[in-house]
Amino acid sequence: MLSDQVQKEIRGELEHYPTPRAACIEALKIVQKHERWVSDEALQEVAALIGIAAAELEGVATFYNLIYRQPVGEHVILLCDSVSCWLTGCEKIRSGLRERLGVDYGQTTADGRYTLLPMACLGNCDHAPSLMIDEDLHQDLTPEALDGILEEVE
Amino acid sequence: MERPLTQNIDRGREPLGLKAYEAAGGYQAVRKVLTEMTPEQVTKAVKDSGLRGRGGAGFPTGLKWSFVPMGDDAPHPKYLVCNADEMEPGTFKDRVLLEGDPHLMVESMIVAGYAMGADVGYIFLRWAYRLADRRLRAAIAEATAAGYLGDNILGSGYSLTLHVHVSAGRYICGEETALLNSLEGRRATPRAKPPFPQVSGLWGKPTIVQNVETLCNVPHVINRGADWFRGLSRTEEGGTKLYGVSGRVKNPGCWELPMGTPIREIVEEHAGGMQDGLKLRGLLPGGASTDFLVEEHFDTPMDYTSIQAAGSRMGTGTMILLDDGNCPVGMALNMQNFFARESCGWCTPCRDGLPWIEKLLQAIENGDGHADDLDLLDAHARDLGPGNTFCALAPGAMEPLHSGLKFFRQDFERHIAGKGCPWS
Repeated sequence: MLSDQVQKEIRGELEHYPTPRAACIEALKIVQKHERWVSDEALQEVAALIGIAAAELEGVATFYNLIYRQPVGEHVILLCDSVSCWLTGCEKIRSGLRERLGVDYGQTTADGRYTLLPMACLGNCDHAPSLMIDEDLHQDLTPEALDGILEEVE
Repeated sequence: MERPLTQNIDRGREPLGLKAYEAAGGYQAVRKVLTEMTPEQVTKAVKDSGLRGRGGAGFPTGLKWSFVPMGDDAPHPKYLVCNADEMEPGTFKDRVLLEGDPHLMVESMIVAGYAMGADVGYIFLRWAYRLADRRLRAAIAEATAAGYLGDNILGSGYSLTLHVHVSAGRYICGEETALLNSLEGRRATPRAKPPFPQVSGLWGKPTIVQNVETLCNVPHVINRGADWFRGLSRTEEGGTKLYGVSGRVKNPGCWELPMGTPIREIVEEHAGGMQDGLKLRGLLPGGASTDFLVEEHFDTPMDYTSIQAAGSRMGTGTMILLDDGNCPVGMALNMQNFFARESCGWCTPCRDGLPWIEKLLQAIENGDGHADDLDLLDAHARDLGPGNTFCALAPGAMEPLHSGLKFFRQDFERHIAGKGCPWS
Protein backbone atom coordinates (compact mmCIF):
# COMPACT_ATOMS: atom_id res chain seq x y z
CA MET A 1 0.00 0.00 0.00
CA LEU A 2 1.49 3.36 -1.00
CA SER A 3 1.78 5.60 2.04
CA ASP A 4 -0.14 8.87 2.24
CA GLN A 5 3.15 10.71 1.92
CA VAL A 6 4.09 8.90 -1.31
CA GLN A 7 0.64 9.50 -2.78
CA LYS A 8 0.82 13.17 -1.84
CA GLU A 9 4.23 13.61 -3.47
CA ILE A 10 3.09 11.85 -6.65
CA ARG A 11 -0.01 14.08 -6.88
CA GLY A 12 2.26 17.12 -6.48
CA GLU A 13 4.34 16.01 -9.48
CA LEU A 14 1.27 15.63 -11.68
CA GLU A 15 0.96 19.42 -11.71
CA HIS A 16 4.25 19.84 -13.57
CA TYR A 17 3.10 18.04 -16.72
CA PRO A 18 0.12 18.41 -19.06
CA THR A 19 -0.63 14.65 -18.98
CA PRO A 20 -0.62 12.42 -15.88
CA ARG A 21 1.42 9.81 -17.74
CA ALA A 22 4.36 12.17 -18.00
CA ALA A 23 4.76 12.08 -14.23
CA CYS A 24 5.16 8.29 -14.15
CA ILE A 25 8.97 8.23 -14.02
CA GLU A 26 8.93 10.81 -11.27
CA ALA A 27 6.30 8.73 -9.46
CA LEU A 28 8.49 5.62 -9.61
CA LYS A 29 11.40 7.67 -8.25
CA ILE A 30 9.24 8.86 -5.37
CA VAL A 31 8.33 5.28 -4.48
CA GLN A 32 12.00 4.37 -4.64
CA LYS A 33 13.03 7.28 -2.43
CA HIS A 34 10.82 5.88 0.32
CA GLU A 35 11.02 2.12 -0.34
CA ARG A 36 14.49 1.85 -2.01
CA TRP A 37 12.99 -0.19 -4.90
CA VAL A 38 9.73 -0.62 -6.80
CA SER A 39 7.85 -3.79 -5.93
CA ASP A 40 5.14 -5.35 -8.13
CA GLU A 41 2.50 -4.12 -5.70
CA ALA A 42 3.85 -0.56 -5.72
CA LEU A 43 4.05 -0.57 -9.50
CA GLN A 44 0.42 -1.60 -9.82
CA GLU A 45 -0.70 1.05 -7.35
CA VAL A 46 1.27 3.79 -9.09
CA ALA A 47 -0.24 2.73 -12.44
CA ALA A 48 -3.73 2.94 -10.94
CA LEU A 49 -3.02 6.31 -9.35
CA ILE A 50 -1.75 7.75 -12.65
CA GLY A 51 -4.33 6.02 -14.78
CA ILE A 52 -2.19 3.92 -17.13
CA ALA A 53 -1.96 0.15 -17.56
CA ALA A 54 0.45 -1.62 -15.22
CA ALA A 55 2.08 -3.30 -18.23
CA GLU A 56 2.76 0.11 -19.78
CA LEU A 57 4.34 1.33 -16.57
CA GLU A 58 6.40 -1.87 -16.33
CA GLY A 59 7.75 -1.15 -19.83
CA VAL A 60 8.89 2.26 -18.63
CA ALA A 61 10.21 1.04 -15.27
CA THR A 62 12.39 -1.66 -16.82
CA PHE A 63 13.83 0.70 -19.44
CA TYR A 64 15.53 3.08 -17.02
CA ASN A 65 18.56 1.72 -15.20
CA LEU A 66 18.04 3.92 -12.14
CA ILE A 67 14.58 2.49 -11.46
CA TYR A 68 15.16 -0.66 -9.43
CA ARG A 69 12.66 -3.46 -9.96
CA GLN A 70 14.60 -5.73 -7.60
CA PRO A 71 15.47 -5.05 -3.98
CA VAL A 72 18.72 -3.18 -3.42
CA GLY A 73 20.84 -2.74 -0.33
CA GLU A 74 20.67 0.16 2.11
CA HIS A 75 23.36 1.91 0.08
CA VAL A 76 23.77 1.69 -3.68
CA ILE A 77 27.29 2.07 -5.05
CA LEU A 78 27.33 3.28 -8.65
CA LEU A 79 30.81 2.77 -10.05
CA CYS A 80 31.54 4.63 -13.28
CA ASP A 81 32.93 2.13 -15.80
CA SER A 82 33.03 4.42 -18.84
CA VAL A 83 36.11 5.16 -20.86
CA SER A 84 37.84 7.95 -18.89
CA CYS A 85 37.47 5.97 -15.68
CA TRP A 86 38.61 2.80 -17.46
CA LEU A 87 41.78 4.56 -18.66
CA THR A 88 42.52 5.70 -15.11
CA GLY A 89 41.90 2.38 -13.40
CA CYS A 90 38.23 1.76 -12.53
CA GLU A 91 38.81 -2.00 -12.81
CA LYS A 92 41.14 -1.74 -9.81
CA ILE A 93 38.39 0.05 -7.91
CA ARG A 94 35.96 -2.70 -8.86
CA SER A 95 38.43 -5.33 -7.53
CA GLY A 96 38.94 -3.25 -4.41
CA LEU A 97 35.20 -3.19 -3.74
CA ARG A 98 34.96 -6.93 -4.46
CA GLU A 99 37.70 -7.64 -1.92
CA ARG A 100 36.16 -5.42 0.74
CA LEU A 101 32.48 -6.21 0.25
CA GLY A 102 32.49 -9.59 -1.47
CA VAL A 103 30.18 -8.42 -4.26
CA ASP A 104 30.50 -7.71 -7.97
CA TYR A 105 28.19 -5.81 -10.34
CA GLY A 106 24.52 -6.57 -9.76
CA GLN A 107 25.05 -8.12 -6.33
CA THR A 108 24.04 -7.13 -2.81
CA THR A 109 26.08 -7.91 0.30
CA ALA A 110 24.74 -10.73 2.49
CA ASP A 111 23.95 -8.25 5.27
CA GLY A 112 21.88 -6.13 2.86
CA ARG A 113 24.09 -3.08 3.36
CA TYR A 114 25.43 -2.49 -0.17
CA THR A 115 24.48 -3.10 -3.78
CA LEU A 116 27.18 -2.57 -6.42
CA LEU A 117 26.18 -1.46 -9.91
CA PRO A 118 28.11 -0.27 -12.97
CA MET A 119 27.26 3.27 -14.03
CA ALA A 120 27.54 5.13 -17.33
CA CYS A 121 29.95 8.08 -17.36
CA LEU A 122 29.31 10.26 -14.30
CA GLY A 123 30.50 13.42 -16.06
CA ASN A 124 33.33 13.78 -13.60
CA CYS A 125 36.11 12.67 -15.95
CA ASP A 126 38.64 15.27 -14.76
CA HIS A 127 38.55 13.47 -11.40
CA ALA A 128 38.45 9.88 -12.67
CA PRO A 129 37.96 7.26 -11.41
CA SER A 130 34.70 8.27 -9.75
CA LEU A 131 31.76 6.59 -8.05
CA MET A 132 28.59 7.60 -6.26
CA ILE A 133 27.31 6.10 -3.05
CA ASP A 134 23.64 7.03 -2.85
CA GLU A 135 23.70 10.77 -3.65
CA ASP A 136 27.34 11.43 -2.78
CA LEU A 137 30.10 11.67 -5.35
CA HIS A 138 33.58 10.31 -4.56
CA GLN A 139 36.42 11.07 -6.93
CA ASP A 140 40.13 10.62 -7.74
CA LEU A 141 39.71 7.11 -6.34
CA THR A 142 42.44 4.68 -5.40
CA PRO A 143 41.78 1.19 -3.97
CA GLU A 144 43.38 2.38 -0.72
CA ALA A 145 40.93 5.28 -0.42
CA LEU A 146 37.96 2.90 -0.42
CA ASP A 147 38.39 2.05 3.27
CA GLY A 148 37.91 5.65 4.32
CA ILE A 149 34.96 6.14 1.98
CA LEU A 150 33.15 3.04 3.24
CA GLU A 151 33.90 4.01 6.83
CA GLU A 152 32.30 7.40 6.21
CA VAL A 153 29.11 5.68 5.01
CA GLU A 154 29.02 3.52 8.15
CA MET B 1 41.06 36.76 -23.02
CA GLU B 2 37.30 36.96 -22.45
CA ARG B 3 35.48 34.04 -20.89
CA PRO B 4 31.78 34.96 -21.06
CA LEU B 5 30.46 31.49 -20.17
CA THR B 6 32.58 31.02 -17.08
CA GLN B 7 33.17 34.63 -15.98
CA ASN B 8 31.09 34.15 -12.82
CA ILE B 9 32.39 30.69 -12.03
CA ASP B 10 34.76 29.87 -9.22
CA ARG B 11 34.47 26.17 -8.40
CA GLY B 12 35.87 26.85 -4.93
CA ARG B 13 32.80 28.76 -3.74
CA GLU B 14 29.01 28.78 -3.97
CA PRO B 15 27.61 30.11 -7.27
CA LEU B 16 26.34 33.70 -7.49
CA GLY B 17 22.89 34.24 -5.99
CA LEU B 18 20.35 36.47 -7.69
CA LYS B 19 21.61 39.80 -6.32
CA ALA B 20 25.26 39.09 -7.05
CA TYR B 21 24.38 37.75 -10.50
CA GLU B 22 22.42 40.93 -11.27
CA ALA B 23 25.30 43.06 -9.98
CA ALA B 24 27.60 41.23 -12.42
CA GLY B 25 25.32 42.25 -15.30
CA GLY B 26 22.97 39.29 -15.06
CA TYR B 27 19.39 39.37 -16.40
CA GLN B 28 20.30 42.37 -18.60
CA ALA B 29 19.65 40.20 -21.67
CA VAL B 30 16.18 39.35 -20.36
CA ARG B 31 15.41 43.06 -19.85
CA LYS B 32 16.78 43.90 -23.26
CA VAL B 33 14.83 41.33 -25.26
CA LEU B 34 11.57 41.97 -23.39
CA THR B 35 11.71 45.73 -23.80
CA GLU B 36 13.64 46.36 -27.01
CA MET B 37 13.44 43.33 -29.28
CA THR B 38 10.87 41.21 -31.09
CA PRO B 39 11.27 37.41 -30.91
CA GLU B 40 12.31 37.44 -34.57
CA GLN B 41 15.07 39.96 -33.82
CA VAL B 42 16.42 37.69 -31.08
CA THR B 43 16.53 34.74 -33.46
CA LYS B 44 18.22 36.88 -36.08
CA ALA B 45 20.87 38.01 -33.60
CA VAL B 46 21.63 34.37 -32.77
CA LYS B 47 21.72 33.50 -36.46
CA ASP B 48 24.11 36.37 -37.21
CA SER B 49 26.45 35.26 -34.42
CA GLY B 50 27.08 31.93 -36.17
CA LEU B 51 26.48 30.05 -32.91
CA ARG B 52 26.43 26.29 -33.48
CA GLY B 53 25.05 23.62 -31.15
CA ARG B 54 27.56 22.60 -28.48
CA GLY B 55 25.93 19.27 -27.66
CA GLY B 56 27.80 17.38 -30.35
CA ALA B 57 26.11 17.80 -33.70
CA GLY B 58 27.04 21.46 -34.28
CA PHE B 59 23.79 22.45 -35.98
CA PRO B 60 23.43 26.25 -36.46
CA THR B 61 21.34 27.44 -33.51
CA GLY B 62 19.54 30.41 -35.09
CA LEU B 63 18.57 28.30 -38.10
CA LYS B 64 17.09 25.67 -35.77
CA TRP B 65 14.99 28.33 -34.04
CA SER B 66 13.77 29.77 -37.34
CA PHE B 67 11.79 26.55 -38.05
CA VAL B 68 9.45 27.15 -35.09
CA PRO B 69 5.99 28.38 -36.15
CA MET B 70 5.56 31.98 -34.94
CA GLY B 71 2.69 34.46 -34.92
CA ASP B 72 -0.83 34.50 -33.55
CA ASP B 73 -1.95 31.27 -35.19
CA ALA B 74 1.08 29.21 -34.03
CA PRO B 75 0.18 26.16 -31.95
CA HIS B 76 0.51 26.50 -28.17
CA PRO B 77 1.81 25.60 -25.69
CA LYS B 78 5.29 25.66 -27.14
CA TYR B 79 8.13 24.08 -25.23
CA LEU B 80 11.79 24.88 -24.71
CA VAL B 81 13.80 21.93 -23.45
CA CYS B 82 17.34 22.24 -22.21
CA ASN B 83 19.28 19.05 -22.80
CA ALA B 84 21.29 18.75 -19.59
CA ASP B 85 21.54 14.97 -19.85
CA GLU B 86 25.33 15.12 -20.38
CA MET B 87 26.09 11.40 -20.67
CA GLU B 88 28.57 11.21 -23.54
CA PRO B 89 31.52 9.33 -22.03
CA GLY B 90 34.40 11.66 -21.33
CA THR B 91 32.17 14.76 -21.24
CA PHE B 92 31.95 16.97 -18.16
CA LYS B 93 31.58 20.51 -19.49
CA ASP B 94 27.88 21.23 -18.92
CA ARG B 95 28.31 20.19 -15.30
CA VAL B 96 30.69 23.15 -14.90
CA LEU B 97 28.02 25.60 -16.12
CA LEU B 98 25.07 24.04 -14.30
CA GLU B 99 26.86 23.89 -10.96
CA GLY B 100 28.87 27.04 -11.43
CA ASP B 101 26.36 29.61 -12.70
CA PRO B 102 22.75 28.36 -12.43
CA HIS B 103 21.32 31.86 -12.95
CA LEU B 104 23.03 32.04 -16.35
CA MET B 105 21.17 28.82 -17.24
CA VAL B 106 17.86 30.31 -16.06
CA GLU B 107 18.45 33.58 -17.90
CA SER B 108 19.36 31.67 -21.07
CA MET B 109 16.10 29.73 -20.90
CA ILE B 110 14.09 32.96 -20.60
CA VAL B 111 15.83 34.66 -23.53
CA ALA B 112 15.61 31.59 -25.78
CA GLY B 113 12.05 30.94 -24.61
CA TYR B 114 11.05 34.47 -25.59
CA ALA B 115 12.60 34.04 -29.05
CA MET B 116 10.51 30.97 -29.82
CA GLY B 117 7.44 32.01 -27.83
CA ALA B 118 7.76 29.12 -25.38
CA ASP B 119 5.15 28.82 -22.64
CA VAL B 120 6.88 26.12 -20.63
CA GLY B 121 10.53 25.20 -20.21
CA TYR B 122 12.04 21.95 -18.95
CA ILE B 123 15.63 21.42 -17.94
CA PHE B 124 16.18 17.70 -18.56
CA LEU B 125 18.91 16.93 -16.06
CA ARG B 126 20.73 13.66 -15.59
CA TRP B 127 20.24 12.08 -12.18
CA ALA B 128 23.92 12.03 -11.26
CA TYR B 129 24.14 15.85 -11.19
CA ARG B 130 22.75 16.18 -7.66
CA LEU B 131 24.51 19.46 -6.87
CA ALA B 132 23.36 21.03 -10.14
CA ASP B 133 19.81 19.92 -9.34
CA ARG B 134 19.82 21.71 -5.97
CA ARG B 135 21.43 24.85 -7.35
CA LEU B 136 19.12 25.09 -10.38
CA ARG B 137 16.02 24.75 -8.22
CA ALA B 138 17.31 27.46 -5.89
CA ALA B 139 18.00 29.76 -8.84
CA ILE B 140 14.56 29.12 -10.36
CA ALA B 141 12.90 29.93 -7.02
CA GLU B 142 14.87 33.18 -6.73
CA ALA B 143 14.17 34.17 -10.34
CA THR B 144 10.46 33.43 -9.93
CA ALA B 145 10.26 35.51 -6.76
CA ALA B 146 11.97 38.39 -8.57
CA GLY B 147 9.50 38.30 -11.46
CA TYR B 148 11.88 36.89 -14.10
CA LEU B 149 9.78 33.72 -14.40
CA GLY B 150 6.05 33.10 -14.22
CA ASP B 151 3.20 35.19 -15.59
CA ASN B 152 3.80 38.50 -17.34
CA ILE B 153 7.56 38.66 -16.82
CA LEU B 154 8.64 42.19 -15.82
CA GLY B 155 5.29 43.49 -17.10
CA SER B 156 6.15 42.51 -20.69
CA GLY B 157 3.18 40.25 -21.34
CA TYR B 158 5.52 37.28 -21.90
CA SER B 159 5.08 34.31 -19.53
CA LEU B 160 7.30 31.29 -18.95
CA THR B 161 7.13 28.49 -16.40
CA LEU B 162 10.36 26.58 -15.84
CA HIS B 163 10.72 23.05 -14.41
CA VAL B 164 13.65 20.78 -13.66
CA HIS B 165 13.06 17.19 -14.79
CA VAL B 166 15.52 14.71 -13.31
CA SER B 167 16.13 11.70 -15.52
CA ALA B 168 16.23 8.07 -14.41
CA GLY B 169 19.26 7.15 -16.51
CA ARG B 170 20.07 5.83 -20.02
CA TYR B 171 22.47 7.46 -22.48
CA ILE B 172 19.89 7.45 -25.28
CA CYS B 173 17.98 10.20 -23.45
CA GLY B 174 20.55 12.62 -24.88
CA GLU B 175 19.12 12.00 -28.37
CA GLU B 176 16.62 14.82 -28.67
CA THR B 177 13.56 12.84 -29.75
CA ALA B 178 14.26 10.05 -27.23
CA LEU B 179 14.51 12.79 -24.62
CA LEU B 180 11.05 14.02 -25.60
CA ASN B 181 9.60 10.51 -25.21
CA SER B 182 11.23 10.29 -21.81
CA LEU B 183 9.73 13.64 -20.77
CA GLU B 184 6.32 12.32 -21.81
CA GLY B 185 6.79 9.38 -19.45
CA ARG B 186 7.64 6.78 -22.09
CA ARG B 187 10.55 4.50 -22.92
CA ALA B 188 13.28 6.70 -24.35
CA THR B 189 13.31 5.37 -27.90
CA PRO B 190 14.05 7.90 -30.66
CA ARG B 191 11.29 9.14 -32.95
CA ALA B 192 11.31 9.24 -36.73
CA LYS B 193 12.28 12.60 -38.24
CA PRO B 194 10.53 14.38 -39.91
CA PRO B 195 8.48 15.80 -38.33
CA PHE B 196 11.20 17.70 -36.54
CA PRO B 197 10.61 18.77 -32.94
CA GLN B 198 10.53 22.46 -33.88
CA VAL B 199 7.20 21.72 -35.58
CA SER B 200 5.94 18.67 -33.69
CA GLY B 201 7.85 17.89 -30.53
CA LEU B 202 6.76 17.49 -26.94
CA TRP B 203 3.10 16.37 -26.91
CA GLY B 204 3.02 17.21 -30.61
CA LYS B 205 3.70 20.90 -30.03
CA PRO B 206 6.53 23.09 -31.36
CA THR B 207 9.62 22.33 -29.29
CA ILE B 208 13.27 23.29 -29.26
CA VAL B 209 15.78 20.99 -27.60
CA GLN B 210 19.09 22.71 -26.98
CA ASN B 211 22.27 21.85 -25.13
CA VAL B 212 23.30 23.68 -21.94
CA GLU B 213 26.47 25.30 -23.31
CA THR B 214 24.71 26.44 -26.48
CA LEU B 215 21.96 28.17 -24.51
CA CYS B 216 24.42 29.81 -22.11
CA ASN B 217 25.98 31.68 -25.04
CA VAL B 218 22.68 33.34 -25.95
CA PRO B 219 22.45 36.10 -23.28
CA HIS B 220 26.00 37.17 -24.16
CA VAL B 221 25.19 37.30 -27.87
CA ILE B 222 22.19 39.51 -27.04
CA ASN B 223 24.18 41.83 -24.77
CA ARG B 224 27.34 42.14 -26.82
CA GLY B 225 26.29 41.39 -30.40
CA ALA B 226 27.26 39.09 -33.24
CA ASP B 227 30.53 40.86 -34.16
CA TRP B 228 31.85 40.63 -30.62
CA PHE B 229 30.88 36.94 -30.51
CA ARG B 230 32.66 36.13 -33.76
CA GLY B 231 35.71 38.04 -32.55
CA LEU B 232 36.12 35.72 -29.56
CA SER B 233 37.18 32.91 -31.84
CA ARG B 234 40.55 32.10 -33.43
CA THR B 235 38.84 30.71 -36.54
CA GLU B 236 35.78 31.37 -38.69
CA GLU B 237 33.42 29.76 -36.17
CA GLY B 238 32.30 32.21 -33.53
CA GLY B 239 32.57 32.24 -29.77
CA THR B 240 34.47 30.45 -27.07
CA LYS B 241 34.27 26.74 -26.35
CA LEU B 242 34.45 24.69 -23.19
CA TYR B 243 37.23 22.22 -23.93
CA GLY B 244 38.05 19.34 -21.64
CA VAL B 245 40.79 16.75 -21.31
CA SER B 246 40.57 13.43 -19.48
CA GLY B 247 42.86 10.43 -19.36
CA ARG B 248 46.32 10.13 -17.87
CA VAL B 249 47.49 13.72 -18.22
CA LYS B 250 49.08 15.81 -15.48
CA ASN B 251 46.19 18.22 -15.11
CA PRO B 252 42.85 16.93 -16.42
CA GLY B 253 40.19 19.63 -16.55
CA CYS B 254 37.82 21.87 -18.45
CA TRP B 255 38.70 25.33 -19.78
CA GLU B 256 36.81 28.02 -21.68
CA LEU B 257 39.08 28.99 -24.58
CA PRO B 258 38.66 30.71 -27.94
CA MET B 259 36.97 28.48 -30.50
CA GLY B 260 39.64 26.96 -32.71
CA THR B 261 42.36 26.56 -30.09
CA PRO B 262 44.64 23.80 -31.46
CA ILE B 263 44.54 20.33 -29.91
CA ARG B 264 48.23 20.39 -28.96
CA GLU B 265 47.87 23.67 -27.10
CA ILE B 266 44.92 22.34 -25.08
CA VAL B 267 46.68 19.09 -24.23
CA GLU B 268 50.11 20.54 -23.44
CA GLU B 269 49.49 24.02 -22.03
CA HIS B 270 46.22 23.46 -20.24
CA ALA B 271 46.22 19.75 -19.40
CA GLY B 272 49.97 19.83 -18.69
CA GLY B 273 50.85 17.01 -21.08
CA MET B 274 51.00 13.30 -20.29
CA GLN B 275 51.88 11.96 -16.86
CA ASP B 276 55.56 11.09 -16.49
CA GLY B 277 56.60 7.97 -18.36
CA LEU B 278 53.52 7.88 -20.59
CA LYS B 279 53.27 8.70 -24.27
CA LEU B 280 50.15 9.96 -26.05
CA ARG B 281 49.04 7.55 -28.78
CA GLY B 282 45.75 9.07 -29.90
CA LEU B 283 42.67 10.87 -28.72
CA LEU B 284 38.94 11.10 -29.21
CA PRO B 285 38.35 14.84 -29.70
CA GLY B 286 34.78 15.11 -28.44
CA GLY B 287 33.54 12.12 -26.48
CA ALA B 288 33.38 8.36 -27.04
CA SER B 289 31.41 8.62 -30.28
CA THR B 290 34.04 10.53 -32.26
CA ASP B 291 36.85 9.16 -34.45
CA PHE B 292 40.39 8.82 -33.12
CA LEU B 293 42.92 11.45 -34.10
CA VAL B 294 46.68 10.77 -33.88
CA GLU B 295 49.97 12.69 -33.81
CA GLU B 296 49.69 13.98 -37.39
CA HIS B 297 46.41 15.75 -36.43
CA PHE B 298 47.46 17.40 -33.18
CA ASP B 299 48.03 20.85 -34.68
CA THR B 300 44.43 20.96 -35.93
CA PRO B 301 42.31 23.80 -34.52
CA MET B 302 39.43 22.51 -32.40
CA ASP B 303 36.45 23.72 -34.37
CA TYR B 304 33.71 21.91 -36.26
CA THR B 305 35.10 22.36 -39.77
CA SER B 306 38.77 21.68 -39.02
CA ILE B 307 38.16 18.55 -36.96
CA GLN B 308 35.82 17.22 -39.61
CA ALA B 309 38.46 17.85 -42.28
CA ALA B 310 40.92 15.88 -40.13
CA GLY B 311 38.54 12.90 -40.23
CA SER B 312 36.68 13.16 -36.95
CA ARG B 313 34.04 15.33 -35.27
CA MET B 314 34.44 17.97 -32.59
CA GLY B 315 31.48 16.41 -30.77
CA THR B 316 31.32 17.85 -27.27
CA GLY B 317 34.88 19.22 -27.40
CA THR B 318 35.96 17.18 -24.39
CA MET B 319 38.88 14.96 -25.39
CA ILE B 320 39.72 11.49 -24.15
CA LEU B 321 43.42 10.62 -24.37
CA LEU B 322 44.82 7.13 -24.95
CA ASP B 323 48.31 6.66 -23.50
CA ASP B 324 50.79 3.90 -24.33
CA GLY B 325 50.24 2.22 -20.95
CA ASN B 326 46.66 1.39 -21.89
CA CYS B 327 45.57 -1.18 -24.49
CA PRO B 328 43.74 0.15 -27.58
CA VAL B 329 41.74 -3.10 -27.87
CA GLY B 330 40.73 -2.86 -24.23
CA MET B 331 39.66 0.74 -24.76
CA ALA B 332 37.61 -0.26 -27.82
CA LEU B 333 36.03 -3.08 -25.82
CA ASN B 334 35.16 -0.73 -22.97
CA MET B 335 33.42 1.70 -25.33
CA GLN B 336 31.53 -0.98 -27.30
CA ASN B 337 30.38 -2.49 -24.00
CA PHE B 338 29.00 0.94 -23.13
CA PHE B 339 27.22 1.40 -26.46
CA ALA B 340 25.80 -2.15 -26.45
CA ARG B 341 24.48 -1.65 -22.94
CA GLU B 342 23.00 1.76 -23.73
CA SER B 343 21.34 0.82 -27.03
CA CYS B 344 17.61 1.36 -26.61
CA GLY B 345 16.93 -1.86 -28.54
CA TRP B 346 14.55 -0.25 -30.99
CA CYS B 347 16.29 -1.14 -34.28
CA THR B 348 17.92 -4.45 -35.12
CA PRO B 349 21.39 -3.39 -36.36
CA CYS B 350 22.08 -1.54 -33.14
CA ARG B 351 20.40 -4.00 -30.76
CA ASP B 352 22.10 -7.09 -32.25
CA GLY B 353 25.17 -5.62 -33.92
CA LEU B 354 26.70 -3.87 -30.92
CA PRO B 355 26.68 -6.96 -28.64
CA TRP B 356 28.24 -8.99 -31.48
CA ILE B 357 31.03 -6.42 -31.80
CA GLU B 358 31.51 -6.47 -28.04
CA LYS B 359 31.85 -10.28 -28.07
CA LEU B 360 34.38 -10.20 -30.91
CA LEU B 361 36.48 -7.62 -29.07
CA GLN B 362 36.22 -9.54 -25.81
CA ALA B 363 37.46 -12.68 -27.59
CA ILE B 364 40.39 -10.80 -29.12
CA GLU B 365 41.27 -9.25 -25.76
CA ASN B 366 41.08 -12.71 -24.09
CA GLY B 367 43.40 -14.24 -26.69
CA ASP B 368 40.65 -16.19 -28.47
CA GLY B 369 40.53 -14.00 -31.60
CA HIS B 370 40.76 -15.28 -35.16
CA ALA B 371 42.45 -13.62 -38.13
CA ASP B 372 39.13 -13.02 -39.90
CA ASP B 373 37.62 -11.30 -36.83
CA LEU B 374 39.12 -8.03 -38.01
CA ASP B 375 37.27 -8.33 -41.31
CA LEU B 376 34.07 -8.91 -39.38
CA LEU B 377 34.75 -5.83 -37.28
CA ASP B 378 35.47 -3.79 -40.41
CA ALA B 379 32.16 -4.97 -41.89
CA HIS B 380 30.27 -3.98 -38.76
CA ALA B 381 31.93 -0.58 -38.73
CA ARG B 382 30.49 -0.04 -42.23
CA ASP B 383 27.10 -1.71 -41.74
CA LEU B 384 26.25 0.09 -38.51
CA GLY B 385 27.28 3.41 -40.03
CA PRO B 386 25.09 6.35 -41.04
CA GLY B 387 21.91 5.49 -42.92
CA ASN B 388 21.50 1.93 -41.67
CA THR B 389 20.14 2.55 -38.18
CA PHE B 390 17.20 4.45 -36.70
CA CYS B 391 19.30 7.05 -34.86
CA ALA B 392 22.89 8.17 -34.45
CA LEU B 393 23.84 5.91 -31.51
CA ALA B 394 25.32 3.02 -33.49
CA PRO B 395 26.98 5.21 -36.15
CA GLY B 396 28.53 7.16 -33.28
CA ALA B 397 29.74 3.92 -31.72
CA MET B 398 31.36 2.96 -35.02
CA GLU B 399 33.46 6.12 -35.21
CA PRO B 400 36.07 5.12 -32.59
CA LEU B 401 35.91 1.48 -33.75
CA HIS B 402 36.51 2.24 -37.41
CA SER B 403 39.32 4.70 -36.72
CA GLY B 404 40.77 2.52 -33.93
CA LEU B 405 41.02 -0.41 -36.35
CA LYS B 406 42.77 1.89 -38.80
CA PHE B 407 45.29 3.56 -36.49
CA PHE B 408 45.94 0.67 -34.07
CA ARG B 409 45.65 -2.26 -36.51
CA GLN B 410 48.97 -3.73 -35.40
CA ASP B 411 47.80 -3.85 -31.80
CA PHE B 412 44.69 -5.81 -32.80
CA GLU B 413 46.87 -8.17 -34.88
CA ARG B 414 49.31 -8.67 -32.00
CA HIS B 415 46.43 -9.76 -29.75
CA ILE B 416 45.33 -12.35 -32.30
CA ALA B 417 48.80 -13.63 -33.23
CA GLY B 418 50.05 -13.66 -29.64
CA LYS B 419 46.78 -15.09 -28.26
CA GLY B 420 46.39 -12.46 -25.57
CA CYS B 421 46.72 -8.87 -24.51
CA PRO B 422 50.31 -7.57 -24.43
CA TRP B 423 49.27 -5.05 -21.76
CA SER B 424 47.85 -7.53 -19.24
